[in-house]
Amino acid sequence: MQEKRYTLSVLVENTPGALARIAGLFSGRGFNIDSLCVAETLDPTLSHLTLVTHGDDQILEQILKQLRRLIDVYKVVNVTEEGDHVEREMALIKVKAEKENRDEIFRICEIFRCKIVDVSPKTYVVEVTGDRDKLEAVIELLKPMGIKEIVRTGVIAIRREKKSA
Amino acid sequence: MTGAKMVIEALKREGVEVLFGYPGGAILDIYDELYKAPELKHVLVRHEQGATHAADGYARSTGKVGVVLVTSGPGATNTVTGIATAYMDSIPIVILTGQVPTRLIGNDAFQEVDITGITRPITKHNFLVKRIEDLPTIIKAAFYIAKTGRPGPVLVDIPKDIQQAKGEFNYPEEIKLRSYNPVYEPHIKQIERAYQLLEQAERPILLLGGGVISSNASEEAIKLAEKLKLPVVMTLMGLSAFPGDHDQSLGMLGMHGTYYANMAVANCDVLLAVGVRFDDRVTGKVDAFAPGAKIVHIDIDPSSIQKNVKVDVPIVADCKKALKRLLEFVKQGGKDKKYWEERFTDWWEQINIWKRRYPLVYKQEGDYIKPQFVIEKLWELTKGEAIISTEVGQNQMWTALFYKFKHPRSLITSGGLGTMGFGFPAAIGAQMGNPGKLVIDIAGDGSIQMNIQELATAVEQRLPIKIIILNNGFLGMVRQWQELFYGKRYSSVRFQVIPDFVKLAEAYGAVGMRITRPEEVEPALKKVLQTNSLVILDVHIAPEEGVFPMVPAGKATTEMILL
Repeated sequence: MQEKRYTLSVLVENTPGALARIAGLFSGRGFNIDSLCVAETLDPTLSHLTLVTHGDDQILEQILKQLRRLIDVYKVVNVTEEGDHVEREMALIKVKAEKENRDEIFRICEIFRCKIVDVSPKTYVVEVTGDRDKLEAVIELLKPMGIKEIVRTGVIAIRREKKSA
Repeated sequence: MTGAKMVIEALKREGVEVLFGYPGGAILDIYDELYKAPELKHVLVRHEQGATHAADGYARSTGKVGVVLVTSGPGATNTVTGIATAYMDSIPIVILTGQVPTRLIGNDAFQEVDITGITRPITKHNFLVKRIEDLPTIIKAAFYIAKTGRPGPVLVDIPKDIQQAKGEFNYPEEIKLRSYNPVYEPHIKQIERAYQLLEQAERPILLLGGGVISSNASEEAIKLAEKLKLPVVMTLMGLSAFPGDHDQSLGMLGMHGTYYANMAVANCDVLLAVGVRFDDRVTGKVDAFAPGAKIVHIDIDPSSIQKNVKVDVPIVADCKKALKRLLEFVKQGGKDKKYWEERFTDWWEQINIWKRRYPLVYKQEGDYIKPQFVIEKLWELTKGEAIISTEVGQNQMWTALFYKFKHPRSLITSGGLGTMGFGFPAAIGAQMGNPGKLVIDIAGDGSIQMNIQELATAVEQRLPIKIIILNNGFLGMVRQWQELFYGKRYSSVRFQVIPDFVKLAEAYGAVGMRITRPEEVEPALKKVLQTNSLVILDVHIAPEEGVFPMVPAGKATTEMILL
């Protein structure tokens, strides 16, 4: 069966063990976590968790069912399958900024609407926000300059509302 | 009211009659309150693992929630095997553990262990109580979660300062958890589809698992099977859901299933599976499992469905409710018993051919006592009117094959985890929950030594449990695998020292007997059954007897090694 990437949106009770339970479920059953993003919601008793995973249909079905089986899990949505949604990720990229490269870095930043958020004599820190493809593109373009370090947030996602009433 | 008192009050509100436990530093306050509550019976075990298995045996045999009370650190870690055993078999127990005071948590304090962390993957849910005001709700939730939906163990870790803290005791009558809403009622369209499949079936099989027992659905299962004249097979956990001596019972399927059960499943065209999870010991090679069958799968846990086996009609529901609905469709269908009987005549003929070809047998040879003979005799003498617990290994499989369980909850065995040392402490729990009934533990000489210390507990409680040790001087099941699959290299399966079980029984104040010859079996069993105290019967059996049929691991269930 074909492997696919899925972005899952999970609402969980904001309790100390909840995240450990979800992480443990994935490691214990041999599922993959490609990225994981957790934060509070408007309701402080619930946390929102965006999880990117991959697997075939059968594995995905098990992941969804096993997540829903956890007592602390309030809601699970497979945003990839549910249709139209927005995905965003942010990366901070520390890139070597030698004199001869600085213009090129600026150009790349302009094209991709990135920000330079820290400057040192020999490096820039570039902040880039977008979907996965955009981040990968920026990283590829900056690589020849010499990337010293990358920190990524992991994906967050939200469903689009229907455009017509 | 103190937290400790709240715990005792909560247990009373939950209708708890007996708890199994062992005191220690971090649980002293609760034990102090227990001292003042004589209506709560406490069974002092000799090892916390014993307490967990006893609570488990109590739960399996009565259908009520079993309760364990232990201290922090080693007291808590000793319960781990018992918790995992209950988790794998979906048994409702609540484990209350003491914990070091809140301010010391995380400090590597004396007898501190992160027991909620350790038990996270083997509990249905667990709690660490951090505020006294949460304590009553948490205990209520623990019992609610343990016994509803797919049942399972729930652990509550209570720090010592919370036990000592004072607060108001508001025990909720009912509890609703927004994140936990088990589905009980089946989707009626799915039930209709299931019925249509049965109507079109030519070679149907009814497969019953542990879920039928935990949802008390035996009556409905029997009704359905009898009305439609369905052949019935059971998983190890499903044994006792349908009477073993019923002429529609084909017994157990799977790795050590009967020839005819496995053949029938392999050749059926509709498999109605109720309360099972298609464990690898049941399916063998998955691709070859019921290859031509449309599968209807009823289970309360959605994650059991489509996990191991592809299912045509999934039904997420309580087994009892689903079978009741299915029976309504049968009634509406208006076909009488005779219709079904005639419809499946050819199928039954084929099954009877399989039955005649390879019946469940063993060879009585030489002067050795055959273990199967012991179980058979025991069944004859008790007429199925006993609660039988088993250890794990050959003793368990011989019991599963040769004792024909009659009533639901009369077999207490560790199916999923396969825990050696389970049977005897579980028998203690079963006897506590069923004071007037005959409780028998079928053991091996290996398994019984894993929790032998509980003899003291049982004698102390004056429990007239009968322990029958099928003593072959080997770790028999492992030896059997080594014989068949490891070139007879018998690595570490022979004990050089086995205790004298007769003297051992006497040392604990119990009765001990030993037999070595076939003609002694019947009189010895009779004597055992007449003895009104704890008895160990040490039966020296044929040392190299194997369990057959056997499907080698990973093979199709039709590829059986037969005797």
